[in-house]
Amino acid sequence: MSAPLLAIEGLTKRFGGLTAVKELTMHVEAGSISSLIGPNGAGKSTVFNVITGIYVPTAGDIKLGGASIVGRKPHQVAAAGIMRTFQNIRLFAFMTVLENVMVGEQTRMHATPLDSALRTPRAQREERAVSERALELLDFVGLSAQSEQWARNLPYGMQRRLEIARALAPNPRVLLLDEPAAGANPVEKRELMALVRAIRDRGVTVVLIEHDMKLVMGISDRVTVLDYGEKISEGDPQSVRRDPRVIEAYLGKGA
Amino acid sequence: MAIFLQQLINGIAQGGMYALIALGYTMVYGIVELINFAHGDVFTLGSFLCIAILALLGVSASGQIIAGWQGALIALLVVVLAALLCGVIGVLIERFAYRRLRNAPRLAPLITAIGVSFLLQGVMRNWKGPSEISFPQFLPNPTFAFGGVHIDLRELLVVIVSILMMVALQFFIYNTKLGKAMRASAQDRDAASLMGINVNTTIAWTFFIGSALAGVAGFISGMYFGTTMFTNGYQAGLKAFTAAVLGGIGNIAGAMLGGFLIGIVEAMTAQYISDQWTNVVVFSILVLILVLRPSGLLGEQLPEKV
Repeated sequence: MSAPLLAIEGLTKRFGGLTAVKELTMHVEAGSISSLIGPNGAGKSTVFNVITGIYVPTAGDIKLGGASIVGRKPHQVAAAGIMRTFQNIRLFAFMTVLENVMVGEQTRMHATPLDSALRTPRAQREERAVSERALELLDFVGLSAQSEQWARNLPYGMQRRLEIARALAPNPRVLLLDEPAAGANPVEKRELMALVRAIRDRGVTVVLIEHDMKLVMGISDRVTVLDYGEKISEGDPQSVRRDPRVIEAYLGKGA
Repeated sequence: MAIFLQQLINGIAQGGMYALIALGYTMVYGIVELINFAHGDVFTLGSFLCIAILALLGVSASGQIIAGWQGALIALLVVVLAALLCGVIGVLIERFAYRRLRNAPRLAPLITAIGVSFLLQGVMRNWKGPSEISFPQFLPNPTFAFGGVHIDLRELLVVIVSILMMVALQFFIYNTKLGKAMRASAQDRDAASLMGINVNTTIAWTFFIGSALAGVAGFISGMYFGTTMFTNGYQAGLKAFTAAVLGGIGNIAGAMLGGFLIGIVEAMTAQYISDQWTNVVVFSILVLILVLRPSGLLGEQLPEKV
């Protein structure tokens, strides 16, 4: 077994007296789809927030490709190759769909303000490369036709897909999806499963938080179950589904 | 009619100044949702720094006129230096007085902002004294007459410089990578940082640009009025703030519109009602806007928030 791409080792996060995540160890293989599941308040989103540098862990380590990313700022974690989407959609509402996908890359272009003002060949070349890539990603998630609309005017399901396109723009190694199927109807859920697989096939390792068991069981290579901040089960979907501790956590004792 | 046009020109000149200051308020509010009450004092500091730089260049308030390209060169040098210095001071203010309070309750940074305002006023009073000081009028000031309306070079300068600055800012925000980072950070700071945008740097640049524009306004104001005083920024700042609220706080185009409107309202009030009533009218507008239309004239209908 090769070294994991993303390794969470003994991760603990406390907020005052509340332990949101307790000594979590989770290994994500490159090219896999992993899921983090658990009842509400189990600490799943906290794990994402710690990975992406929004929170500093109380204890433990997080390694991407063998290098620790603990203590890095969110923009540095992003630069290292981890991108994410949000449980409650957080698009740039007053930008177009295309701008949303382009903006992250644009801020990393080499063009100086002078280049932009004079529209030098370099600036134009960069701009074209960024917009071509953004258009390709919009096509990939099925939003080509909406590229000039304002993000806030998109229907909910499209906003979710736009968030995914935006997160894919810098070509991340790992994509964290926080409840991508929330509020989706069965058709959208099926489309989403296909999209997640297609993302994996592009070479992006996917970790998702999800409540929809059918979706999780259908696409995950590996499932990790959290309850009250602790890992209670881990393994392939079939074995997790049969784990009595998981059944108890979800349905209560005696179910 | 001539009087009306004359006052319109006066109002536009005065309003250009307010607009430049209002841009700083509105940019900072857009990105960190803080009313930076020290901003008006950064504007006054801009005037003070111009006087100091002019003194270093050997230009004093003795009334000597430097014509031609030499005068233009000195003016350019002074305004650029003052803008840069004000920009740096704005960045320092953000770094030391506001950054740590970014996630604190709104009241905390508001109070430090007022504290920084008093601090700057105190420094300026101790530096140049508590009374009015004169600003060297080193540029010739020919007057152009159009019919019955007179425009002098200073008024022309104020209007041209402020409009140039606004056009440049608008271009900057929509077409450069830093401008795009600013727009993204203003719309969702956390999402921006997770898209790889360094939000701290972006906010620092926002303060730099806003404060540099205040520095430019400080130069323009000195040239226009010929005097300045350590408390100047208090009222000018409040009026610019009114302009920003009138246009829709957080909205760049709104700040420009609000600035010009406030300037024109002031000039018209002085002409047709009384000089004594200008503040009453201007600040009544502030109250009315806040009560009746808190989002301002352009408000949140336009995606210009930065």
